[in-house]
Amino acid sequence: MVVDGGFIEVDRVEKVFEVRRRTGFLRRERRQVRAVDAISFRVARGEMVGYIGPNGAGKSTTIKMLTGILTPSGGRLRVAGIDPSRERARLARRIGVVFGQRTTLWWDLPLIDSYRLTHRMYRIPDARYRANLERCVELLELGGLLDVPVRQLSLGQRMRGDIAAALLHDPEVLYLDEPTIGLDVVSKAKVRGFLRDLNAERGTTVLLTTHDLQDIEQLCSRVMVIDHGRLVYDGPLAGLHEAGESERTLVVDLERELPPIELPSARVVRVEGPRQWLAFPAGESAAVLVARIAAEYPLVDLSVREPDIEAVIGRMYAEKAVS
Amino acid sequence: MGAGRLYAAVAAGGFRRYATYRTATAAGVFTNTVFGLILVYTYLALWDARPHLGGYDPAQAVTYVWLGQAFLAALAIGGGGVEDELMERIRTGDVAIDLYRPADLQLWWLAADVGRALFQLVGRGVVPFVFGALCFPVSLPTDPLTWVAFLGAVALAMLVGFGIRFLAALSAFWLLDGTGVLQMARLAGYFCSGMLLPLNVFPGTLGEVVRLLPWSSLLQAPADVLLGHADPLGTYAFQGAWAVALLAAGRLVQLAATRRVVVQGG
Amino acid sequence: MAELSGHTAGGRLREGLRAYRLIAGMWIRSTMAYRASFVMTTFGNLVATALDFVAILLMFSHVDALGGYTLPEIAFLYGLSNTAFGLADLAIGSMDRLGRRVRDGTLDILLVRPAPVLAQVAADRFALRRLGRVTQGALLLGWALTRLDVDWTPLKLLLMPVMVVSGCGIFCAVFVAGAAFQFWAQDASEVQNAFTYGGTTLLQYPPTVFGKELVRGVTFVLPLAFVNWLPALYVLGRPYPLDLPRWTAFAPPLVAVGCCALAGAAWRVGLRSYRSTGS
Repeated sequence: MVVDGGFIEVDRVEKVFEVRRRTGFLRRERRQVRAVDAISFRVARGEMVGYIGPNGAGKSTTIKMLTGILTPSGGRLRVAGIDPSRERARLARRIGVVFGQRTTLWWDLPLIDSYRLTHRMYRIPDARYRANLERCVELLELGGLLDVPVRQLSLGQRMRGDIAAALLHDPEVLYLDEPTIGLDVVSKAKVRGFLRDLNAERGTTVLLTTHDLQDIEQLCSRVMVIDHGRLVYDGPLAGLHEAGESERTLVVDLERELPPIELPSARVVRVEGPRQWLAFPAGESAAVLVARIAAEYPLVDLSVREPDIEAVIGRMYAEKAVS
Repeated sequence: MGAGRLYAAVAAGGFRRYATYRTATAAGVFTNTVFGLILVYTYLALWDARPHLGGYDPAQAVTYVWLGQAFLAALAIGGGGVEDELMERIRTGDVAIDLYRPADLQLWWLAADVGRALFQLVGRGVVPFVFGALCFPVSLPTDPLTWVAFLGAVALAMLVGFGIRFLAALSAFWLLDGTGVLQMARLAGYFCSGMLLPLNVFPGTLGEVVRLLPWSSLLQAPADVLLGHADPLGTYAFQGAWAVALLAAGRLVQLAATRRVVVQGG
Repeated sequence: MAELSGHTAGGRLREGLRAYRLIAGMWIRSTMAYRASFVMTTFGNLVATALDFVAILLMFSHVDALGGYTLPEIAFLYGLSNTAFGLADLAIGSMDRLGRRVRDGTLDILLVRPAPVLAQVAADRFALRRLGRVTQGALLLGWALTRLDVDWTPLKLLLMPVMVVSGCGIFCAVFVAGAAFQFWAQDASEVQNAFTYGGTTLLQYPPTVFGKELVRGVTFVLPLAFVNWLPALYVLGRPYPLDLPRWTAFAPPLVAVGCCALAGAAWRVGLRSYRSTGS
């Protein structure tokens, strides 16, 4: 039963944990922690969404509720019309999950053995299994690795192997928890490229948590930011800059050491000899600024630095913490 | 930092590390108590039929059971000492890092194991022993000197126990997978230390041989000192000889092993 | 939705057994990656249980009877206890690793697979080396049967396999209940050793050896007495402990079913608690 088009529907879902802390030798203190605090969102079929936030913000708790591992304390949750916590096993056939830091592959066995197990455990029709395996092997470059014991694979190879394992049963949603953590640049690029193709060709809905904002920049048109259990931002990546009041930086090299440049639309944040750093709102044109400086100061060279997205999010968190 | 203080710090670290697992310790205390209970009844049945078996009276046999349960974890007779970690470090090659420490490999691990053993003795050994002493007739000395002598024998038992397990763990330098060796060492330890049955009850030649083996230093020797069944000085000499022999052997094997590591380039 | 397998009790059982078979098969293949180690640990397993019995032999080098029972009689009890426990240990002996899985978060991996979690945990680290104990138990049982002078009746013959299967069921229930306990106390895996390994050691000796309170405890609280004591004493024609009625020798199947039901309930409560607290 799909209510209004949302493939993943999350309505005022919350998760409250009771934490017991030892305060003395035998005394314990009970405290309720709201890991997820009444969050709501919809994800349409085929969307690719980044889910970010600092450690302990509630990211993995949300994913665990969406996959049926954890039961929500309140609110309503549906994935493909299924209530995850009540029909965990039925949902499992329709979702794929990749835990970045915990492999689901069989450590001492050749990679292919893990896939054969998935084939049988998920009861994937033979033709489907062969086609999916072939595709994953080709796109994730697993060809020479199928007969290698998993313990001998590099981190990047193993991650690709894990992603393939999660896709053999044609899941409609793929949850990825830190899929590029610890990978080198080449492996990261391979993983990202594959996910982009998967989403484009198969229409697989993807929800990924990450600490690497390049994952988001390169993959996701939409970002959700969670902090202290609350959804503090849900929208396009570009919007994050405005929400975080982000600034670009203009670095100018003057002919000689001069007092800080004075302009109404920018402020100097650093001076080092003849070089000065000016911060200005990310939404404004750099050209106008550059023209005015060139007219009034002896300009030698300049460069513009884009806002650091991590700093943007950091500022967002800081504001929320104050308010 | 002086060498003595360094090893004292390592031992303290070993003690603290095990002290953090409170639930595991409580679970271990429970299990030791249950096993002690079962064993006590079987021994009582045996001594009921042969009241002076092995020179013990029934109360002494009961005391022996609870000593065994108190020592099982502390002396790592059934496994669980630092040898697992040492073997894992050898297997993964991390031991090369240990070799660059400004400390001796053998003394470092000995200190860590002594710290662990002291915690296990206090944390896991005392409660089952007290339970046994309160619920069953036991034979405990009234002379404080006997208790002191007993503690000396326990200290030597720790050295011998470590000596055996250190040697077993070093086998990992030559074997791909040393778990089989550790398992065999444990089985031998369990049987030959007298955990199943006091060694003075082992009949004939088997008994004579088993009482000469190093494992008899672990449980039988301290128990006999506590029960006034053996002369402390003679016991110390026996335990001390084994401790020296085993630790020296460990040192030789360690030398051969480190030469191997250096030759292979770590 | 009833047509989907996994939604009826029978369907769930079938799904569970299927998943168990698949995962156990993977573990067997994994152990075969270290063949030498497998051979050694299997041998070690056999030696460990053998030494256990050597201790009893050593006792009998000093006495003719223990608690009024002869060596073949004790070997009979021992063989039954070890066979029943050995089978349970072989089947689901690694369930005590559940606490570790909860601690390191790998239980979550099992929860996103389309198979019952109990079956997956039961098959975890399936180890053929545990055949060592079963083998030793069965051999000893065979030896005891050649030495014992039993008046065999059809009922006694029937009781033998029933006893082993029920005993295995009772021990399985202990394993499951112990694992369920670890949902709350993750470091407490040793507690269940007291009941599993401790239980099988206890049952190797006749009840006459033990104090009345202990015998009462393992009859009425944790009904281990039904694994071998009561039915075996019936076969041997010996008096029962605690003046229990004669029919109790035939209760083991019922006791096993009851224990398994209770353990299953404990497991479900434990898993539900995990899924609501995540720890």
